[in-house]
Amino acid sequence: MSLLRTPLYDSHVALGARMVEFGGWEMPIQYASGVLAEHAAVRRQAGIFDVSHMGRIDVQGDGAGAFLDRLITSNVGKLRIGRGRYGLICDESGGILDDVVVFRRAESVYLVVCNASRWDRVTAWIGENAADRVEITHRRDDTAMLAVQGPEAVAAVARRFHPSPLQLGRFAGNGGRMAGVGAFISRTGYTGEDGCELIVAASDAQHVWDTLVDESGVTPCGLAARDVLRLEAGLMLYGQDMDETVTPPEAGLDRFVDLSKDFIGVETLRRQAENGIEKRITGLTVEGRSAPRHGYTVHTGDGRESVITSGAYSPSLRHSIGLAYLPIDVSEPGNVVDVDIRGRTARATTVSLPFTR
Amino acid sequence: MPFDPAGLLFSREHEWVARDESDANAATVGITDYAQGELGDVVYVDLPAAGSAVKQFETFGEVESVKSVSDLFSPVSGTVAEVNSTLEDKPELVNEDPYGEGWMLRVTIADERELQSLLSHDEYQEFLTELSGGD
Repeated sequence: MSLLRTPLYDSHVALGARMVEFGGWEMPIQYASGVLAEHAAVRRQAGIFDVSHMGRIDVQGDGAGAFLDRLITSNVGKLRIGRGRYGLICDESGGILDDVVVFRRAESVYLVVCNASRWDRVTAWIGENAADRVEITHRRDDTAMLAVQGPEAVAAVARRFHPSPLQLGRFAGNGGRMAGVGAFISRTGYTGEDGCELIVAASDAQHVWDTLVDESGVTPCGLAARDVLRLEAGLMLYGQDMDETVTPPEAGLDRFVDLSKDFIGVETLRRQAENGIEKRITGLTVEGRSAPRHGYTVHTGDGRESVITSGAYSPSLRHSIGLAYLPIDVSEPGNVVDVDIRGRTARATTVSLPFTR
Repeated sequence: MPFDPAGLLFSREHEWVARDESDANAATVGITDYAQGELGDVVYVDLPAAGSAVKQFETFGEVESVKSVSDLFSPVSGTVAEVNSTLEDKPELVNEDPYGEGWMLRVTIADERELQSLLSHDEYQEFLTELSGGD
């Protein structure tokens, strides 16, 4: 299967990006200046990410709100117009099929943003479960998506965006014009910094990218920086930190689950709320600069073993960090465990998330 | 003061050796500019202790970048006389100055005949061209 490319592919290559496969897409992992410079740009000024690989689906019609409330664990059907919310899509047994952000754009018009790697699964799942009076439109290919992140990100976008997004609340989203072209803007992101995400027509992507990079001096950033930034912020990556074998409370995402409503998978999650869970995703701060990486073993005592799901050297904290599903009795902050880093034992301490701030 | 790459010997695993002018058995070892570029930002370098033995083409340590871990292979056999302890706090020197402040080991060479199996600068450049499927 050949890899998909975003409308900005040529631009990435021209900027000296190293391209890699991610979720079926050929994406920039880093640009010429390097991961640490990109990380620093997002933490201190502003960086821009091509996130056009993310899935975008319009859901509309009289039954749209009720349908999404049945599909997603959080209360999205009754969002105020112009607001967005994070939530999970679970299967019947409560396993996580994907994590998504849903925006209510008009009375019966919603936008669902899902992971690139889950596009086929999510679109099929929505197709299987879609009720009457709901119209589904795939918007992944005719639109592009850019994330502008960092303390100066919203101001950089605001220079060319009308109406001004400066007052846009966290997780709010609305339409407007960016550098003369139509755009949807939301105050969201995946870095732990303030910032926004823009959805524009695929044919306008280059114009908006150039405006922000060339005119406003926003730093192009790749997937490697994005991965470290999101990990520092304690944000899970689907396919790595969660998948169909874990439930939202196990993934530390209880607060995005409303057990009082009926959604697919709710029975399992109600049972878990009553009986408790046996494992939970846990933050680890690891001694030294050597990173615990995906798949490394964590020894939690009494011969029990867990596995690192994500890990990296944190440039912000200047030591390594990681995530692992630990037995519930070990997952409380302040416990010491051992991580096997290619045969060396590194001491790690359990901490509450996020790692930074 | 950085070494001039033109005067160094290279391994196919992208390490370099600089022989001392004053002491034929003493050499400095590091990784090449090509290697640091491929790795990306180095965040950690794991080096052996002074006094330990290294063997030609066998691993002597690890170098980690944000996204990957790579073994370091010694271009010569011998005894580690000194390690660049500055890299503990400033691993970025490997990126910034691979032939200078980013050096890794000082080695007392055990068998200088081994040096014959290394590449000259020109040969290494040719090797890199082949690697990139170049023309």
